[in-house]
Amino acid sequence: MRRYSVFAVAREGLRYHTGWERAWRSPQPKKKYDVIIVGAGGHGLATAYYLGKNYGITNVAIIEKGWLGGGNTGRNTTIIRSNYLQDPSAAIYDKALKLYENLSQDLNYNVMFSPRGLIMLAQTHHEVRGYQRTVMANQLQGVATEWVTPEQLKKLVPIINIHGPRYPVMGGLYQKRGGTARHDAVAWGYARACSDMGMDVIQQCEVKGVRTEGGKVVGVLTTKGDIDCDKLGMVVAGHTSVLAEMAGFRLPIESVALQALVSEPIKPCMDVVVMANTVHGYMSQSDKGEMVIGGGTDSFNNYTQRGSFHHIEETVRALVETFPMVSRLKMLRQWGGIVDMTGDRSPILSKTPVDGIFVNCGWGTGGFKAIPGSGWAMAELMAKGHSPLTQEFDMFRFREGKFIDESVAAGVAH
Amino acid sequence: MSTRLANSGRLIDRSKPVEFKFNGKRFKGYEGDTLASALFANDQMMVGRSFKYHRPRGVVASGAEEPNALFNMGEGGRFEPNQRATTQELFDGLTIRSQNHWPSLEFDIGAVNQLFARWLPAGFYYKMFIHPRPFWKHVYEPFIRQSAGLGQVPQEKDADTYEHFYYFCDVLVVGGGIAGLAAALKEGQAGKKVLLLEQTADFGGRAVVDGVEIDGKSAEAWVQDTLAALNAMPNVTVRNRNMASGVYDHGYVLGYERLTDHLSDKSGPRHRLWRIRAGHIITATGAIERPLSFAGNDIPGVLLAAAVRDYVVNWGVSVGDRTVVVTNNDDAYRTAIILKNAGLAVPAIIDARASGAGPIAAEVEKLGIRVLKGKAIAKVKGKTRVTGVKVCLQAGEGSVIEEIACDCVAMSGGWSPVVHLWSHCGGKLNWDEDLAMFRPDPSRAPTGADGKAFVSTVGSASGYLSTADVLKDAGLEVTTNEVAAAPLEPVWLMPQGAGPKLRMKAWLDYQNDVKVSDVQLAAREGYESVEHTKRYTTLGMATDQGKLSNINGLAILSKSLDASIPNVGTTTFRPPYTPISMGAITGAARDELFQPIHKTPMFDWHDANGADWEPVGHWRRTYAYVRNGETVHDAVNREILNVRENVGTLDASTLGKIIVKGPDAGKFLDMLYTNMMSTLGVGKCRYGLMCNENGFLSDDGVVVRLAEDTWLCHTTTGGADRIHGWMEDWLQCEWWDWKVYTANVTEQFAQIAVAGPKARQLLEKLGGNMDLSKEGFPFMTYVEGKLGEFDARIFRISFSGELSYEVSVPASQGAALWAALQEAGKDLGVMPYGTEAMHILRAEKGFIMIGDETDGTIIPQDLNLQWAISKKKEDYLGKRAQERSFMASPDRWKLVGLETLDGSVIPDGSYVPAPGYNPNGQRNVQGRVTSTYYSPTLKRGIAMGLVKHGPDRMGEVIEFNREDGTMVKAKIVDPVFYDKDGEKQNV
Repeated sequence: MRRYSVFAVAREGLRYHTGWERAWRSPQPKKKYDVIIVGAGGHGLATAYYLGKNYGITNVAIIEKGWLGGGNTGRNTTIIRSNYLQDPSAAIYDKALKLYENLSQDLNYNVMFSPRGLIMLAQTHHEVRGYQRTVMANQLQGVATEWVTPEQLKKLVPIINIHGPRYPVMGGLYQKRGGTARHDAVAWGYARACSDMGMDVIQQCEVKGVRTEGGKVVGVLTTKGDIDCDKLGMVVAGHTSVLAEMAGFRLPIESVALQALVSEPIKPCMDVVVMANTVHGYMSQSDKGEMVIGGGTDSFNNYTQRGSFHHIEETVRALVETFPMVSRLKMLRQWGGIVDMTGDRSPILSKTPVDGIFVNCGWGTGGFKAIPGSGWAMAELMAKGHSPLTQEFDMFRFREGKFIDESVAAGVAH
Repeated sequence: MSTRLANSGRLIDRSKPVEFKFNGKRFKGYEGDTLASALFANDQMMVGRSFKYHRPRGVVASGAEEPNALFNMGEGGRFEPNQRATTQELFDGLTIRSQNHWPSLEFDIGAVNQLFARWLPAGFYYKMFIHPRPFWKHVYEPFIRQSAGLGQVPQEKDADTYEHFYYFCDVLVVGGGIAGLAAALKEGQAGKKVLLLEQTADFGGRAVVDGVEIDGKSAEAWVQDTLAALNAMPNVTVRNRNMASGVYDHGYVLGYERLTDHLSDKSGPRHRLWRIRAGHIITATGAIERPLSFAGNDIPGVLLAAAVRDYVVNWGVSVGDRTVVVTNNDDAYRTAIILKNAGLAVPAIIDARASGAGPIAAEVEKLGIRVLKGKAIAKVKGKTRVTGVKVCLQAGEGSVIEEIACDCVAMSGGWSPVVHLWSHCGGKLNWDEDLAMFRPDPSRAPTGADGKAFVSTVGSASGYLSTADVLKDAGLEVTTNEVAAAPLEPVWLMPQGAGPKLRMKAWLDYQNDVKVSDVQLAAREGYESVEHTKRYTTLGMATDQGKLSNINGLAILSKSLDASIPNVGTTTFRPPYTPISMGAITGAARDELFQPIHKTPMFDWHDANGADWEPVGHWRRTYAYVRNGETVHDAVNREILNVRENVGTLDASTLGKIIVKGPDAGKFLDMLYTNMMSTLGVGKCRYGLMCNENGFLSDDGVVVRLAEDTWLCHTTTGGADRIHGWMEDWLQCEWWDWKVYTANVTEQFAQIAVAGPKARQLLEKLGGNMDLSKEGFPFMTYVEGKLGEFDARIFRISFSGELSYEVSVPASQGAALWAALQEAGKDLGVMPYGTEAMHILRAEKGFIMIGDETDGTIIPQDLNLQWAISKKKEDYLGKRAQERSFMASPDRWKLVGLETLDGSVIPDGSYVPAPGYNPNGQRNVQGRVTSTYYSPTLKRGIAMGLVKHGPDRMGEVIEFNREDGTMVKAKIVDPVFYDKDGEKQNV
């Protein structure tokens, strides 16, 4: 693989960029792989990448029914943070954040990780106590977060209105290391690195069945033929239930639409990510200048990748209340994605009742920020059969009632 | 140069001149002008700078598809960035400033990027700026952010108002061109309730500009006649300046009406958002002309051919004196004819088709216009405006045959139907090879709940381009004076064999600076999906959302991949059609009206008496009543001590009150609560707990049996709506055959807690007909009758540990009762107390609080509330969940009381570390604090917390963390700190 650098770009510039090679190959599937990952989103690609990088397992295919990174990896609002309350969450999200910090260099692909800081606003006494609790929990988890006063907050975010007549801002939970990254680039960077290790990223290839023998996986049936494997990772978010059914087991997953929108681009005005959970809205500014805005999920199950407008209204109202200048901007585009929700709104990274099949799903509204950590942990689980990072996210926890519930700390668990 | 013509301009009123300011300069225009036409009239060709290379940009279109002419508009609270000049109507006093340049439009430092353009292709930033790591955050990104972005940031609060409007109709017709008018007429005549929306101020669309004759009369006359007919129908409503911005499921459509954007007088709402439910939607949204991709097609003075004639016909402005037309179809010949007839020079029509045009060719020849067949533009000359074109063979690689001097280029690459609204809810498209366009496929329309199509298209939106065909599609057979057109020839690159040098200068997306070479690079690097290409190159991601660029980019991509256009497919069409203001989306729901503030009947009294307000759910509650010279903390302590010593009153009206009634109400409540409620005697009260299906505590409150079949369920303040919804959820979805009715009567009653040793004395002073004695009115019962003059229900319950009554009266009597209590209690030392005092009073008694001791992960057993779980019931919501292994584990953290050794207050949210670390390197923990306060009664810090094996560790000292890293020591004690035997509340 030719490495990307300023020198490579300079050289190519002189010959009209005709010398660039493909970022990832476009291979036909082989007869057999050691590992097949179904789903070439961020989580699936990261799983494959760390299988190769950490465990030397490179006879891997990542198969994708559409185009890589085309699901929630390419639809989210790109927020990265690890200020979670519960230990298992803080562990995997902070692992992800640490990997994000070096991801551009690791992948030799600029994913534009931007640790500009992230603030969650506290707008009721109850929220104040909740976030103070998170600060205390984070301290023992080794995750640096701090409580900021309204005055400090106003300095960090000049466009904010801390004296909202309805919900005054009483302070905030601030994670300096949090921020954003370019979502597509994360998928593309991993895909390029996987391809470079000799893995096959196979797009436009839909899984139609899962073959098992004696309670063990032996391969998959796809639209590009049968492919054998020793281990199978299902990393397909909202469609995990469908795939699990092919393998003969069920998962506690529901799918709902989550929406987001962007404004027209304006010059830089907010150098930090702000989440306002009481009023249900969050906003950051992209490098392009668009205000990237998200809110809550629809309350009914749905697969259409579009949502109801009343949620957009609620979200925009919340943002206008929090940042009055937003009222003079225009909404450029709204879109929706389907998020897979578990009973406790925390993910599942687990072995399954079928030997050799592993699942990674249920990231709900918060998957993007977890991608590197999720891939790292899933690779460990698939390679070694256990991982301290995934232990508590076992799918059987619902039988025991061992929930990992983050809604405790924030009304919205993004 | 561009200038105002002496004649023509069907939309402008030359008797009404207006003045506006552009970058501080005074310009003149006429009423009826758009900002774009007025700028042309003032010879302002350059209007802005592009996003990436800061290239000079001029107007290219005449409508919503314009990507370049965006301005900072207005001042102060009416400032708005990125206003589109082609759709902004001119008014007197309008001020605009051009965007994305420094220090000025004419001299822009950022334009230096052009020198490096060859090193800044699509996605260059993914390959650069990787090292050294800190540079991205501190150097590269801030620089990129500063040079990106378009308009300025609004600084002041919005000075305008907005409103929402609801509308229902049988048929919504979108678009007021001839297709929409004809469709509306047909539906109106069929007796349907019809709404017709037109996004611009005027009706008629292209037909009126092109001067078509319909059945012997001018299109203009036909449009006016049809409009008159529509306006005469009571069942038809016609609205202009109202754009259908999005189609959503179930026939929901948003109409974006601009009310004052075109006026100097800004009084009244600025925008009105129509929330329309339509039985059927007909989109008559027309078509948009496509640019051609040749080198220098972004230089100011290169416009769409139809736009050039729009400016002449509609607004009486010429873009240039000498216009070269370049085309692959017959339609652009009309531009040449109109320009020539207006007295302007058309040195040549460059037609990429070797066979040239149909019968219209004879017309232009008659006018003496030269037609160059099979030719192409090799390159446009000029920097900040067009000075000429170099002509070459379309089939070649760009060898220049001749140069033609000109100051305007009118280009046409064919037309694309506007299919956005059709596609928003999943309508599918077919590729039409002959017309080189995506057309809606009526057999794959968006479908409603009945499986039938709820959107259809008509006219150009269906892909019909001649007036006769358009009206035929709308159900009208007419004769027109149009001549037959020769077939269009798809031309995606000009010349066909253009080399890399030319391709690097052939723009696809003008605003985002995406060129033919960028799309080809994306394809070469494997970004083969149309979504990959879009995201890698930013093609179509500008504020015009690719209205001009998407199909051209798609065609280049499909050629690069050697795939067919339909196989490559389109990107997803998402609302809104053009950007709509956040103000309109917000409507009136801002500031005080952002969310309704629920006020109790006593709100005004509290406000006048020092209330420090706290939002709780939708309510405002008094945190404390602060007197002169007091801090909030002082006030809280005073209120607590007064309740302990004398008597206090708390406005408890916000507590949820839900009536549950019916033959199966008892059975229902037994399922809802962990306690047995069906056996509660009439007149008795019982503290109840509710859990969700996962067994976790979700709410608590006192349940009162009012009558044999009627219960009153109190919920927490924040829980009223949620619990009512929860009840209805079960009744409607699961137990729909149970005979139970529920009513949320929270706001129908005012409720006042009267607590303290002198509470009984205070109520007795009011008089009435109720026996309030210890014997006559025991703890956990209720009475109903007259309290003084008030119709009251009194519950003898206590959340403070004191002798306490909660008095409930109709909401209308609440304020008077409150005042009466303050007056009667003067000599008893009565004082109101707020929510913080209430919290501390209950904490001193070890009572749990939903939201403090619970957080959605706590089961009643954790809080030692087994006594409130009925052993006699077979089932209740949460029971099975609570039997799961982890729920029943002895290692769960349990509720205990905590006393700091030094009397200080444990910080909120503090945890108890345990020895060692878990496998993920996190410190082990063994407990946390849930409620922590300074108790003025005990004059020390008290707390409750959840601790592993806590109740078995009484007396043990454990350590809690502080934010600064130090620890605070506390002893595990019984959670009841005050009056353990309940002697004070049972007097």
